[in-house]
Amino acid sequence: MAAVATHSPAKKVFSGLVKTRELGIIVALAALIIYTTASQPRFLSAQSIRDILLNTSILAVMAAGQAVVVITRNIDLSVGSVLGISAFTVASMMSDNPGLPMIVALLVGLAVGAIAGLLNGVLVRYGRVPALVVTLGTMYIFRGLIYSWAGGDQVNADELPGHFLQFANDSILGIPWLVLIALVVVGGVSLMMRNYRVGRELYAMGSSPGAAELAGIKVARNMLAAFIISGALAGLAGVLFASRFGTIDASAGNGYELNVVAAVVVGGVAVSGGSGTVWGAGLGALLLTVIGSALTVLDINQFWQQAIVGALIVLAICADRIVAVRIARSLRKRDSHV
Amino acid sequence: MSALLQVRDVSKSFGAVAAVQGVSFALESGEAHALVGENGAGKSTIVKMLAGVHRPDTGTLLVDGEEVTFTGPADAKAAGIAVIYQEPTLFPDLSVAENIAMGNQPLTRLRQIDRRTMNANATRLFARLGVQIDPTRPARGLSIADQQLVEIAKALSSQARVLIMDEPTAALSGVEVDRLFAVTRALRDEGAAIMFISHRFEEITALCQRVTIMRDGKHVCTEPVSELSVDDMIRRMVGRDLSALYPKQDATIGENVLRVEGLSRAGVFRDISFEVRAGEIVALAGLVGAGRSEVMQAVFGVDKYDSGTVTFLGKKLKGGNPRASMAAGMGLVPEDRRQQGLVMELSIERNVTLPRSRALAKLGLLFGGSERREAAEWTKQLQTKFGRLSDPVGTLSGGNQQKVVLAKWLATGPKLLIVDEPTRGIDVGTKAEVHRLLSSLAARGLAVVMVSSELPEVLGMADRIVVLREGHIAAQLTREEATEESVMYAAMGAA
Amino acid sequence: MSDATANPRSLKDGLGRLATWDGIIILLTVVVIVAASLGVSNFGTSRNFTFLILDLMPIVLVALPMTLIIVTGEIDLSVASILGLASSLMGWFWNNGLSIEMIIPLVIVIGAVLGAINGFLVNALGLPSLAVTIGTLALYRGLAFVVLGDGAVADFPFDYTGWVTGTIGGGSVPNVLIPIVALAIVFGIVLHATPFGRSLYAIGANDQAAHFAGIRVARTKFWLYVASGAVSALVGILWTLRYSSARADNGSGLELAVVAAVLLGGVSIFGGKGNLPGVLAGVVLLAALQNALRLQDVSGQALNIVTGTLLVLSVLLPNVVSSIRTSRQRRKVRQAAAS
Repeated sequence: MAAVATHSPAKKVFSGLVKTRELGIIVALAALIIYTTASQPRFLSAQSIRDILLNTSILAVMAAGQAVVVITRNIDLSVGSVLGISAFTVASMMSDNPGLPMIVALLVGLAVGAIAGLLNGVLVRYGRVPALVVTLGTMYIFRGLIYSWAGGDQVNADELPGHFLQFANDSILGIPWLVLIALVVVGGVSLMMRNYRVGRELYAMGSSPGAAELAGIKVARNMLAAFIISGALAGLAGVLFASRFGTIDASAGNGYELNVVAAVVVGGVAVSGGSGTVWGAGLGALLLTVIGSALTVLDINQFWQQAIVGALIVLAICADRIVAVRIARSLRKRDSHV
Repeated sequence: MSALLQVRDVSKSFGAVAAVQGVSFALESGEAHALVGENGAGKSTIVKMLAGVHRPDTGTLLVDGEEVTFTGPADAKAAGIAVIYQEPTLFPDLSVAENIAMGNQPLTRLRQIDRRTMNANATRLFARLGVQIDPTRPARGLSIADQQLVEIAKALSSQARVLIMDEPTAALSGVEVDRLFAVTRALRDEGAAIMFISHRFEEITALCQRVTIMRDGKHVCTEPVSELSVDDMIRRMVGRDLSALYPKQDATIGENVLRVEGLSRAGVFRDISFEVRAGEIVALAGLVGAGRSEVMQAVFGVDKYDSGTVTFLGKKLKGGNPRASMAAGMGLVPEDRRQQGLVMELSIERNVTLPRSRALAKLGLLFGGSERREAAEWTKQLQTKFGRLSDPVGTLSGGNQQKVVLAKWLATGPKLLIVDEPTRGIDVGTKAEVHRLLSSLAARGLAVVMVSSELPEVLGMADRIVVLREGHIAAQLTREEATEESVMYAAMGAA
Repeated sequence: MSDATANPRSLKDGLGRLATWDGIIILLTVVVIVAASLGVSNFGTSRNFTFLILDLMPIVLVALPMTLIIVTGEIDLSVASILGLASSLMGWFWNNGLSIEMIIPLVIVIGAVLGAINGFLVNALGLPSLAVTIGTLALYRGLAFVVLGDGAVADFPFDYTGWVTGTIGGGSVPNVLIPIVALAIVFGIVLHATPFGRSLYAIGANDQAAHFAGIRVARTKFWLYVASGAVSALVGILWTLRYSSARADNGSGLELAVVAAVLLGGVSIFGGKGNLPGVLAGVVLLAALQNALRLQDVSGQALNIVTGTLLVLSVLLPNVVSSIRTSRQRRKVRQAAAS
């Protein structure tokens, strides 16, 4: 049977899902904040909010890049190591040349990350090596490079120029620079993925790789772009990390990839590609950070945090699965007047 | 004056298999040109070369008389060639309108995608096709027919000068086919060249001016459709008389083996009842999408059913358990050899013995020797041609692959063999061999259920024909009652 | 045997087999060991051999079930966290007065249950194993910290800790080689000589065809996760006893080394391909290289470069070789047609 009816019920379910997925995180966030504030009002103090936002910003910048890669049905596990390389490179550069302006630091971080991302993309696309293997490998390689370069050394805050460290605390129009950068990144990447051809092509590639090739999409170029974006944003996060924490050693960003992937998955981006949004991933980053702060404020054992993150990931993919099954059923029912 | 698109002496091989050899033909502006041939004749390879998916090994493609080299589908698209594939190639997560516009979305001044225009374009295209599909819904969950219509809208939207349609009507209803043809004729009259691939001769005569016939990868002839009768076309496609292909032996019909009663699955098939007896070949005929494969997969247990019973050799089978069906003596040679019938990467011997590995094990342990002996015996019986038993089964030709699937199930010593499109995509010689094998197996008392879309095969092989239409049984015909017309009439409904 | 060597075809087969990736890895492993024994002082000593085996014990044991899981086309990234949780639980039970004889089987059973949770999520609910086990990686490690915090429990009985670090008859063959060899044989037989093992390859290469051949795909994979959980817990116990220290962060990051070793051993991440001897060689190669370089005073962290490079190369090189081969074949066809 051809579809004759205008499929309003199916449409409603679908757009409903899109709303509920991000809405779900917002509701969870609100509930968590209200509960925590009710038992500990200082949770909503200016200082506390500022801390949460600053901590979120680094994670959100990386999550935006990771979301792009995951939407194409790939994964980038090297982001933690890329953050480390970028942080150490920029910190060393700034301690040697204290006169360099902040913008140079940011650009160098972006460039270092972009090169790392390019390497990942080339290996995935032209080497036909699965992204999981490539980025697992480069995660090791990049981390090893930092260690063989830095050894046991570290760059301390007192070796870094003041304006570099001040950047993490400075604000413009009352908004901290870090938060502003995170907002611009998440907003910009969201816009690219939603409203520009290249973004829709990236969704198409993740939704059906075979069909993407047949449709004449420039798959190679787009895939390189996705990995470069992820790498560059991890590199940018490295600069923010260095500026915020001041003390950089070879282990900077170790294990961050887990939090980034968690933020993306909790934010509703499916690891099977093709669905989810970048700003959802940003919300995921915010939720994870808020949970961490809430645990501290509520004086709950910090050790619960990781377990909760894990449980959230599992819960998020279960929820996505259930919704997907329900949509499929409602769509089938509509077609089943055979 | 040069043709819009010319294929000149093109060849393409995959490994040892020569899929297309020295084929030439031309598509003129303003003509609809049919490409026919049996499955495996090389039509799809031609399509993929024109689409830029494969590059010809030798020979040239010319557009407007200029030689072109397609390095990818984007090049073919840029040259004005649009392809509607047999299998829909949609992006399930994207909206219908996005699927149609992919690659040339309307843009606003800031180079953002203009969603409103995009959706309006899709609505307009659907109106032209006379269907109503919500352009903002996701492509996931569309019925096959709707997916095919979206593909057609996609091709229309690209304003192609050459439109290649690879069996676009397989899943469409009569009304939809008429509408598609009206649109296609309009395009043709505007000067586009249409290449139309179909197994339905009445569609070819209704739409096309010329026909190119292929057999075994080679060009047979290109002639005006008006000068060929359907019989002429079939003879040139097959290359021999039909009767030799279907060496039906007489068999004594024995005890009831399989009884299916009231089998239903929501939205797929309903109230299916039929019987199969020992020595009998029962064909399930019908159009693609009528639910034939789905019924037999439910009977075998790889799919579930909602209600009804399957009684096999006097015992009721629990649904959804292929292992129990196997143990009871049922075998299923599935429709899709590459995805369902074989594990392409595994060796021939592992494939042959896969359902039997438990029986071949001693004390729970398997040794290579017993598998190899068993595989050697069955491949020999079926005269399978291969290098070594340890070669991956994917390196064999289609016909030999099908023999491996048959060997795999015959090795289990079945009482009932279900074969789904047993000769799809295999060469004519092997086809006759497979038919001879099924026939002799039935003569020895095996019950056979054969799902087939090829009418001559159905009429030539079956003792009884069950015709399905839109998920229910439209007719049950005996060998004597069955003619091409009576089966088609039942399959299509009152036309 | 003489028959086989006399026949040039089977000789060629044999060589062809060696030219596969796992053949190369086995060869490379031998070369590294020989070169290190000759060139690196102290590498060839019996003391170093004991340490080498003790160092590779966790990776090789966890790699056994991981190989089977990756052959089916899935993955389990939670193994190291199960190891850590097992270690934590061991310490906690010990602090609460359970006897070690009770604790060991109990912890292994809990490990199997943790694996079963993964198996349930992946196979009963049909969720992607990569995402699920990244989730349980965080969850199980988090629980490990919840159980034991950042403290350590160290006072395990010497009978057990001594056995794990000890050697057979006081020689140079460590006791832990016994469970390693035993489990390697068991997993080797299961993978290579049972109907169950055959079904794993079929599932990994094409799960639909496996389903059509009557294989219970979900149930088969479920048991692999149970095995993975149980073995990871066992390794958690051995790890705890070796260092006489139950800690929540024990084995942190081990999953990556294990996956690297398995892929290095020629198992395809897409499933359907690979064998256990290759994996064992992959583990030994990694461990021997690290051991030799460490004796040369290369820092442990810098060794990551070697691990990562080998990992990428293990998949990259076969691809490059095969694409060179096909392009050469194409060219030949074109030339033949042109002439």
